[in-house]
Amino acid sequence: MNGAQDLGGMMGFGPVEPEKNEPVFHAEWEERAFALTVAMGGTGEWNIDSSRFARESAHPATYLASSYYQIWLGGLERLLEDRGLVTRDELDAGRSLHESRPVKRVITKDLVAPVFGQNGTYEREPAAPARFAVGDAVVTKVMHPAGHTRIPRYVRGRPGIIERIHGCHVLPDSNSLYQGEAPTWLYSVAFKGTDIWGADSDPGLMLRVDLWETYLDAR
Amino acid sequence: MSQHHDHHHGAGHDHAHDHSHLSDTEARVRALESVLTEKGYVDPAALDELIETYETKVGPRNGAHVVAKAWSDPAFRERLMTNASEAIHSLGYTGRQGEHMVALENTPTLHNMVVCTLCSCYPWPVLGLPPVWYKSAPYRSKAVRDPRGVLSDFGVSLPEGTEIRVWDSTAEIRYLVIPMRPEGTEGWSEEQLMKLVTRDSMIGTGLALSPAGLQEAAE
Repeated sequence: MNGAQDLGGMMGFGPVEPEKNEPVFHAEWEERAFALTVAMGGTGEWNIDSSRFARESAHPATYLASSYYQIWLGGLERLLEDRGLVTRDELDAGRSLHESRPVKRVITKDLVAPVFGQNGTYEREPAAPARFAVGDAVVTKVMHPAGHTRIPRYVRGRPGIIERIHGCHVLPDSNSLYQGEAPTWLYSVAFKGTDIWGADSDPGLMLRVDLWETYLDAR
Repeated sequence: MSQHHDHHHGAGHDHAHDHSHLSDTEARVRALESVLTEKGYVDPAALDELIETYETKVGPRNGAHVVAKAWSDPAFRERLMTNASEAIHSLGYTGRQGEHMVALENTPTLHNMVVCTLCSCYPWPVLGLPPVWYKSAPYRSKAVRDPRGVLSDFGVSLPEGTEIRVWDSTAEIRYLVIPMRPEGTEGWSEEQLMKLVTRDSMIGTGLALSPAGLQEAAE
């Protein structure tokens, strides 16, 4: 979706301001919002793509005015409501008011290391061979889906070259809507800065964007 | 974020009431944790464990180890450049947001920089949780269009003619920049070299410290 999360190329936000000796968390509520989000992600009630979709579904004005853990908090509340696990009146009351179904798995203390410290994989068995080979000239599709997608606006309709084949990966566009993983070939695509930002951009700027086969056409 | 509320109280005033002045966000997080705990969806001990893990165990020291090893052990460097996931996982740096790794080596003519314009994708097992600036609009909007401007915000300037390659991590592939090994470090041990590897140098918004820079940082 063309939400406020798709920031590449926007202007007017001012300089990047690094903080010296930045702590991991800036407040206790950030710690709790982080841990709640990760622990609830471990229940298996949603997936990484649906959680990104929930965050970017915030109103653009809200998204841009929020800190990142505030965005996470809003995303978590939205997911819990969407999945029928928590209702709005419960969030307002700060306590459980209704009977609700159990989650698939509760992350207990002893599950933290095995669940979050070990490797999963997003690679899947391909149903068909990769359509593109390294070195192939491609053009990204012009597309504006209302759902979740991982092709940023700034790179749509641009010429690029396949530089690397990452493998066949879960497709966020489908997985975010719980419509299946739809394993799809994933590529690293090389772009010239001038093909994206125009002739007056830095000639030394090159970009690499990870894009799924369904975002690409041959050229 | 500061939790301090300025009430202009006189010296010696009892501040025990400060907890009643929760911000909206703090109150929302507290309400959410209460609801989820009451429903049995989360285990507060698991939340504490998650916070402690990412506050104390997982951080940029892990990535610095990878880089220092690549600098001092040619066989490891080869493995890292061929199959970064295998090489990094072999050091025990596994888990969420580090499943599929790619190492990007800087050279005198090529500088790599990593961003996630669409959210905040970041290689947790090697760098820990991302700093605020990495997740914020100024960096996410500007890195893909004006990386030299971003470098200048960090006080870094590169020779004209250097190719700057920006990697937008739109998929589940996570990137680790291998900065150039500073001059004057011949014969240094892996332990010594690690101290030169800053977090920002592994994102591409900084360079590794020089031996003189290390001394300055220590003073």
